[in-house]
Amino acid sequence: MTRVSVVLLAIVVACALSLVTSRHQARRLYVELTREQAQARALETEYGQLQLEQSTWGMPARVEKIAREQLRMQLPSAARMDVVTLPHS
Amino acid sequence: MNAGILATGRTSRHRAAAPLVLPRFRSPLVFGALAMLFAVLLARSLYLQGFDNAFLQGQGTARHSRELEVPAHRGRIVDRSGEALALSTPVKSLWAFPDKFDATREQIASLAAILDTTPQKISAQLSANEDFAFIAKQVAPELAERAMALRIPGLHDQNEYRRFYPGGEVTAQIVGFTGDHDIGQEGIELAQQGWLAGVPGSRRVIINRRNEAVEDVAAIRAPQAGHDLALSIDARLQYLAFRELKAAVELNKAKAGGLVILDVKTGEILALANWPSYNPNSRNKVMPSTMRNRALTDTFEPGSTMKPFTIAAALEAGRVRPDTVIETAPGTLTIGPNTIHDAHAEGALTVEQVIQKSSNVGAAKIALNLPSETMWEMFSSAGFGSVPRTGFPGEVSGRLRPAKTWRPIEQATMAYGHGISVNLVQLARAYTIFATDGEVKSATLLKTDGFVAGRPVLKPATAHAVRHMLELVTSAGGTAPRAQVAGYRVAGKTGTAHKIEGHAYTNKFIASFVGFAPVSNPRIVVAVMLDEPSAGQYYGGAVAAPVFSIVTGAALRMLGVPTDAPQNNVILPPDGGEIREET
Repeated sequence: MTRVSVVLLAIVVACALSLVTSRHQARRLYVELTREQAQARALETEYGQLQLEQSTWGMPARVEKIAREQLRMQLPSAARMDVVTLPHS
Repeated sequence: MNAGILATGRTSRHRAAAPLVLPRFRSPLVFGALAMLFAVLLARSLYLQGFDNAFLQGQGTARHSRELEVPAHRGRIVDRSGEALALSTPVKSLWAFPDKFDATREQIASLAAILDTTPQKISAQLSANEDFAFIAKQVAPELAERAMALRIPGLHDQNEYRRFYPGGEVTAQIVGFTGDHDIGQEGIELAQQGWLAGVPGSRRVIINRRNEAVEDVAAIRAPQAGHDLALSIDARLQYLAFRELKAAVELNKAKAGGLVILDVKTGEILALANWPSYNPNSRNKVMPSTMRNRALTDTFEPGSTMKPFTIAAALEAGRVRPDTVIETAPGTLTIGPNTIHDAHAEGALTVEQVIQKSSNVGAAKIALNLPSETMWEMFSSAGFGSVPRTGFPGEVSGRLRPAKTWRPIEQATMAYGHGISVNLVQLARAYTIFATDGEVKSATLLKTDGFVAGRPVLKPATAHAVRHMLELVTSAGGTAPRAQVAGYRVAGKTGTAHKIEGHAYTNKFIASFVGFAPVSNPRIVVAVMLDEPSAGQYYGGAVAAPVFSIVTGAALRMLGVPTDAPQNNVILPPDGGEIREET
């Protein structure tokens, strides 16, 4: 009878300890998850801003302005254009 | 208390020295009273624990757990090559419970500095509403983080998304915009709300005393991001169309204008520009009229751009051949009490020349030889009088009355585009008939992959005959030599129509040009419309054709379409020798 009790007591203590460790694990993992989620959000924010930046810098109006004003590019008139037909290969 | 009573009892016993006989019922009575109290306690605790527990548990949960909404990302709107036209980026809003907001003067000052406002404004926002106050709406996340780093009690932040439109006024009318709560208000944002919108998720968390989440209990719903949407629009062509349209409206002092570029092979709308326009990113001072997508939601009387359809109906019915001679002298045609005029009388013209020189009398005479049903059939199958179904909200059908109600004078005026109303996209779409082998392609604003079959309207031979006539329009002897493009053969038709105000025609005009190129294998249809040009010139050939020329040339080069004419193909008539069309 006593032996059975001792065994049961040992099982109960083991269960209790494992519960404690698993709770601790869960807390730790949750903190980690929160950190990763925060990072995901930060990356998403950055991605959105980069997308916005890309499309703002790449606006045809801006590209054209720089091409015309800074790089002094211009469209050639038809008279200054030559169309070359590629030889059939 | 009891001890006191007992002690008193004892002293009295000593004093009296007589044996005290307790009443026999006394101890059961005390025992019974105590037991009853216990029973009441037991019953109460049983009741709280077992029967009425829902309310208490709810209260308990409310004190330590919260349901947080997780905002969902709204899908992007992109052009056909993936260039973003509308996108959402995460931002933060700062808010507070004014009664719990407790900041020192320095904290408020530094908060105001971070948010680029004044302490007075922040105080005003806090005192405006005693339950809830926004301190700053939709600010950049790093600003919000700096503000939260001040650790002001009662100041909170929340994650939101803000919609940006990189295309600004260039794509404003197509894309539209969203209002509060990310709900589409105009344009594609409205039409495709269900596809673009995400479903916000929610999760339940356990919070500590400082309102910080310490444990996720359950994700109740994962947020579902909205879907991206690819439009048929080509951002480069759209910008080109917008730039040239704006320049033309300003040059000709017009009230408004529209320009549509359609892909002949698929019916996709590659560009759809409107002027006046607005900036969807800052809509504080926007006139509602600038938000209208005129090319789809406004109709106008097209004028001479309808003539090719009249001629096509007559050719298809076998009533005329391209070289049939029509007598247009003396430049008038009287039907009952009404008279149709050609301001520039021409004499005998072939059917080809009726189109080339845009003779009203010629077109009317050809139309009067046709049953009204045949003409109606032609107009209707070309898509006039029915909604274009491009997937845009608020598009209109225009007006095409049933053939039975046509009087002869109406049939004659409809031959040259009066008494019928269309929108610009309908007009562009109808010209795909002449740009293909007689098939009309349905116009769409959504990207389509691969070849799209059209609906046959004309025999290929008829379509080719009309295409040839339309090319003559842009020759030196036509009404639109200025539509010519170096290196490409182009075809099209001018339109110059009196505007109707109330029920009467006025001396204000709508100038238009609809055409396609390259003629040897058409790739794009371009339709230009200018409303009330008032800088002296108002003929479609003088006002709209040059816009067509610039846009078509540049668009074909951007699309990499091989040239089908030498570079020196543009031949303009001598000064003053231009053919003016009839209005």
